[in-house]
Amino acid sequence: MSAAAAPTVRLPGIAPLLLLGAVAIMGGLIILPLLAVFHDAFSKGLQAFFAALKEPDALAAIRLTLLVAAISVPLNAVFGVAAAWAIAKFEFKGKSLLLTLIDLPFSISPVVSGLVWVLLFGAQGFFGEWLMDHDLKIIFALPGLVLATILVTFPFVARELIPLMQDQGSDEEAAALTLGAGGFTTFWKITLPNIRWALLYGVLLCNARAMGEFGAVSVVSGHIRGETNTLPLHVEVLYNDYEYVGAFAAASILASLGLLTLILKTALEWRHAGELGARRRH
Amino acid sequence: MPANSERVVGIEIASRKALEINGVSKAFGRFPALKNVSLHARDKEFLALLGPSGSGKTTLLRVLAGLETPDAGEVRFDDEDFLSLPVRRRKVGMVFQHYALFRHMTVAQNIAFGLNVRPRSERPSKSEVADRVAHLLSLVQLEGLEKRFPSQLSGGQRQRVALARALAIEPRMLLLDEPFGALDAQVRRDLRRWLRELHDRAGVTTVFVTHDQEEALDLADRVAILKDGELVQLGKPSELYEAPANPFVYDFLGAACRLPGEVTDGRLRVADWELAAPKGSPQGAVEVFFRPDEVAFAPADGAGLAAEVRAAAARGPKVRVDVVVAGRLMELEVHSRDAPAGVEPGQALRIELLRPQVYRAA
Repeated sequence: MSAAAAPTVRLPGIAPLLLLGAVAIMGGLIILPLLAVFHDAFSKGLQAFFAALKEPDALAAIRLTLLVAAISVPLNAVFGVAAAWAIAKFEFKGKSLLLTLIDLPFSISPVVSGLVWVLLFGAQGFFGEWLMDHDLKIIFALPGLVLATILVTFPFVARELIPLMQDQGSDEEAAALTLGAGGFTTFWKITLPNIRWALLYGVLLCNARAMGEFGAVSVVSGHIRGETNTLPLHVEVLYNDYEYVGAFAAASILASLGLLTLILKTALEWRHAGELGARRRH
Repeated sequence: MPANSERVVGIEIASRKALEINGVSKAFGRFPALKNVSLHARDKEFLALLGPSGSGKTTLLRVLAGLETPDAGEVRFDDEDFLSLPVRRRKVGMVFQHYALFRHMTVAQNIAFGLNVRPRSERPSKSEVADRVAHLLSLVQLEGLEKRFPSQLSGGQRQRVALARALAIEPRMLLLDEPFGALDAQVRRDLRRWLRELHDRAGVTTVFVTHDQEEALDLADRVAILKDGELVQLGKPSELYEAPANPFVYDFLGAACRLPGEVTDGRLRVADWELAAPKGSPQGAVEVFFRPDEVAFAPADGAGLAAEVRAAAARGPKVRVDVVVAGRLMELEVHSRDAPAGVEPGQALRIELLRPQVYRAA
């Protein structure tokens, strides 16, 4: 299960100093702000904290965030598995182009990822008139939020699976076929079990980003309180209204989500290092 | 009389063609991997595909398994068009070079896989599967390891699991891709003998790919030698070794020494020595090949090629003698009892070629 212990290297004299510096910077830039979030959230006591979260707009924001993630993460998981399968196990023209396209959301600003949907489906967009005629709402509604989230979290699952599947090759699948298994059986019994932990890892990262996304979602949301505000947008609205306790209470939920993701991610890396991508193997 | 006729029938069955490969070609992009390869294998035969890397031997094996589709040609098995069958209906047991064991399954689950994925109507019951797995485990001598995972096995054990898994589906043909490639020398030799016994017991037509000529000659009934996607020679190991079709085969099958020569009127002339040309020698300028151990030494005033000893070193039962013949350095290796007495550097002597092989000079 675990790889052989990595050889340890004795560090030169200055190393402890560097290490201390790194810890200090990390503490200042990451731990302190994180503590500040929780401090401010609870600054008026537990009651104020829960009251802020029980407020209808806050509950609606939480519900919407969960809904958007519940739709976009499974879709991206399916897409990610399909893309990784195609890229890792087959040779075809345009493979490197597909790889580049998958990476695109990483390199463009999330605002642009949101804006493209407005350009396509907004009132002045390419399909705007047609959608209006048919009484369909994409922008400033749930479909827009889902589309923007999918685009931004596009690469997470695929990126996680491609190196692993390339590393594993297709011999096991070929063996299953020669033993009489059909395509679906082979995928279900051989491919999927071999990538399950990497898939979970990718889904975890994808989910964290889907729930925390601000930029792209902000463009397509329209900021209608209680209707199209996700949790990150809710934080911004409250903050702008000087409702600090509410803003930080909502922010603390997002921060907790991040911490939980981190813990699960570390646990996965620790227990299944060998079955995650080759990059992560020690 | 009845016994006799039975024997005749037996021979007929044994020599029946099982596998026919006719004019198979395959290219990957612009690179031709197989060029018009035709060969047959008899029922229950153990056939080796031997060649250097890039010779197309693995591609041919994958064509037989159905993992590659040839661009042209035909493959028949028991008179059935094999190419029109998808991989999973061919019932070939394949052992991959790196075994391709299912890493998330135990040894027993690996072996049972081919039985458990059968359509429900043909699937054996749980207890039948368990019996079959137990039987195969004992066949490959891995009793007691059924609960292990592939990562907990040695290379030799993994290979035997792969073989048991392939045999579980009662294959019509067994395909082995470099079955000993990833093992160390000692395990290799043991497994080789064991595999041959297993083949004889299971009685299934087997095609195996190797780049190791010793392995092929030692193990197979017949050996097909491939080079650059073409079949160069096909024959029994002894036939190949006795009469290699061309310099490539001669070179590939073992250490070779070569000298230029000339054939005129049935006489072969090499350097300062003349002898009767071997049967079927081409006329004119030729290339003379001989094995480093197929020589006899004679004193300087005897018959043979004039040679000067450069170095001599005993290596166990063999003696290595480096000589210069016609300006070329040759590393000869002879049994110590055949070595000239008191051989030492600078000594002049003559060497006789016991079994020269003559090819037209390129």
